[in-house]
Amino acid sequence: MPVLKNLTELKELREKARAQKADRENNKLTIILGMGTCGIAAGANEVAAAVREELDKRNIEAEIVNVGCIGMCHNEPLLDIQEPGGPRVTYTKVKPAMVGKIIEKHLVKGELSKRWIFGQLPGENGQTIEGLKTYDELPFYSKQIRIALRNCGIIDPESIEEYLASGGYGGLEKALFQMSPDEVIEEIKDSGLRGRGGAGFLTGLKWEFCRKAKDYPKYVICNADEGDPGAFMDRSVLEGDPHALLEGMIIAGYAIGAPEGYIYCRAEYPLAIVRLKKAIQQAYDLGFLGENILGSGYSFDLKIKEGAGAFVCGEETALIASIEGKRGEPRPRPPYPAASGLWGKPTNVNNVKSYAIASQIMVRGADWFSKIGTKKSPGTAVFALTGKIKNTGLVEVPMGISLREIIYDLGGGIINNKRFKAVQTGGPLGGCLPEDALDTAVDFDSLTAAGATMGSGGMIVVDQDTCMVEFARYFLTFASAESCGKCVPCRIGGQRLLEVLTRITRGEGSLEDLDEIERISKYMREGSLCALGQLTPGPVMASLRFFREEYEAHVTEKFCPAGVCAGMYAYEIDADPCTGCGLCAKACPTNAITGEKKEPHAIDQLQCIQCGACYEVCNFGAVLVKRKHELPVAEVNK
Amino acid sequence: MADSDRLENSPIIANPQKQTKLLAALYLAQEEYGWLNPEAIEHVADRLGLSPGQVRSTASFYSMFNLEPQGEYRIQVCEGLSCYLAGGAETIIDYLAHLLNIQPGETTADGKFSLEVVQCIAACGSAPAMRVNDELYENLTLERIALIIRELEGGSP
Repeated sequence: MPVLKNLTELKELREKARAQKADRENNKLTIILGMGTCGIAAGANEVAAAVREELDKRNIEAEIVNVGCIGMCHNEPLLDIQEPGGPRVTYTKVKPAMVGKIIEKHLVKGELSKRWIFGQLPGENGQTIEGLKTYDELPFYSKQIRIALRNCGIIDPESIEEYLASGGYGGLEKALFQMSPDEVIEEIKDSGLRGRGGAGFLTGLKWEFCRKAKDYPKYVICNADEGDPGAFMDRSVLEGDPHALLEGMIIAGYAIGAPEGYIYCRAEYPLAIVRLKKAIQQAYDLGFLGENILGSGYSFDLKIKEGAGAFVCGEETALIASIEGKRGEPRPRPPYPAASGLWGKPTNVNNVKSYAIASQIMVRGADWFSKIGTKKSPGTAVFALTGKIKNTGLVEVPMGISLREIIYDLGGGIINNKRFKAVQTGGPLGGCLPEDALDTAVDFDSLTAAGATMGSGGMIVVDQDTCMVEFARYFLTFASAESCGKCVPCRIGGQRLLEVLTRITRGEGSLEDLDEIERISKYMREGSLCALGQLTPGPVMASLRFFREEYEAHVTEKFCPAGVCAGMYAYEIDADPCTGCGLCAKACPTNAITGEKKEPHAIDQLQCIQCGACYEVCNFGAVLVKRKHELPVAEVNK
Repeated sequence: MADSDRLENSPIIANPQKQTKLLAALYLAQEEYGWLNPEAIEHVADRLGLSPGQVRSTASFYSMFNLEPQGEYRIQVCEGLSCYLAGGAETIIDYLAHLLNIQPGETTADGKFSLEVVQCIAACGSAPAMRVNDELYENLTLERIALIIRELEGGSP
């Protein structure tokens, strides 16, 4: 395809792409497969092979389209069938062996098996099939508003034509041909967009600082070094809609007056890197990147930089050092990158989602965006839901929604109907909130006020079986291992905190240790060079604040109420709910459980190794976690 | 002013635009040499007009660069959140350490296996997981691990 030389040629190409898409939807049978990392891990490649084989066998002609992650990671692999002129009908948890039956029923017999169908996505003109729920009617999607994820799972991320057909590069078109750089910045400022990396600084203001900086050249950087455990929001955008990011970055470059940009992506995302490279090549081929973009006179180059496994490189000054080819160590701010960034030049650093959202704001206007969400946190928030929740996956919700709605309405509640205990937001540098904070509104300021942070979008839900001390210790192990070692409070403080927590989980802690945690945390918060050190104590401090009684049980009674910390609890069978089904006795590896059939069972404490097998299998909640000293001493002291 | 111009333009001082290619160059060198031995470091330094010290300084910062020789099979056990919640990581690492008689970060005496603990390898849907060279192993149990190791001990890659 030749380089687009002007606006007319772009409009022609977009029309052509739209006509092609309409032709496919109206006249062709399409099979759509979810090919994000999550889909592939669940077996999407094997499903794809089965689809091809089945179509060949039955001589059915169909187009196969690969899309990114639509967010239902718990339901992968996904397979959609779109008949000519119809909606997309989604099948979930598809196994290769099911493909033949699905195709036979749906395409040959025209039967829609409700058992396997999740729902339908209406076609281009709103056409639906009667009797099937649309995505908007389903709990997982009904409360979502998808802006950053607008195309994820909808279009083929490897096709720039599909992006164009969905209105893509319309924001860039508007910026380049209808607006001055200052007007673009005003628009973003008016929208109220705050940085989606976690800090929530006003994006438009950041752009303005960089534009006003009096040095040249300037740089635009995308921080795609998403490293939080349990977070994969940015990955989904990179894999599912890379052009949305590219468009946002080119717009930012134009607004700031930068000739060059870098995407810093963690090397652990190989599929994202492949799709980004492909997207960048397509953008160059069509003239959205390079010299004289669309004949506007503006030129912009974009490169990818792969990280090499250092969590701290998500911090903007460390990230810049890494792009320069140095050790990825942060430096004190100010000066902020907007004044002195890459090679000492003015640099704008934003998160993947911020750019993806900015490109859409340019299309639909600041007014549209600022009306979504809350006054101080307009727009949407993207969360990766993980942990002990039924519907794990990716959701995009309007700011201001409550944690309860996300966890129970979208997430479907806790698996195995266990009790909710806490939700961690902001990953290893965030904090957790307990049950009575579930009605907290999700926005930058409310979450911070409640004691957690917005973060980049990780949301980890844990249930009654999680020990909050051990949970905090996990994050601390992660954060202290990732400390770059440059500043002392972070390097030594993280280690010391970890030692204290390890002591507590081993039953060697004391009440003074709880004061020690607070003391070290204070020094780390105040003395560390960058956010990594300042926020490392976050999870510990939040869990100590909301679950202090659990810490105290560990240090004063040497008791782990969740039954996690080794040697700090015992199991006992409650005779009342016990039905004598015998499941626990079968599961016990040491034959410590005895009892007559249909009579309450009992655990011989001398034989019990506290493996928890009986606790896991009991369907009646009859196995209880007990303090050792609540049981007869002679039984416990082996 | 003249002096600062000389500073800016002197070839003795690394060209910043060349240094930006250092991480990419290190990946290539690692592929080529197997690990970043002194020769590989020297080669990269030469190519980019940097000193070996500068190259080593950067390489030693990132966990993906190996400054020690690696075993024929690099076992990377994930200790990401999902693997942790699935009860993986620690148990698996302890088991592998016991099985291979090495600690994480070490290589067996015969150069066959090295054991590493890594952060999320993006297999959260089927945790716990580990990677051996480029092969991903998911839904691990101790029995499966024993089988995998036995198989690798027997055959060649």
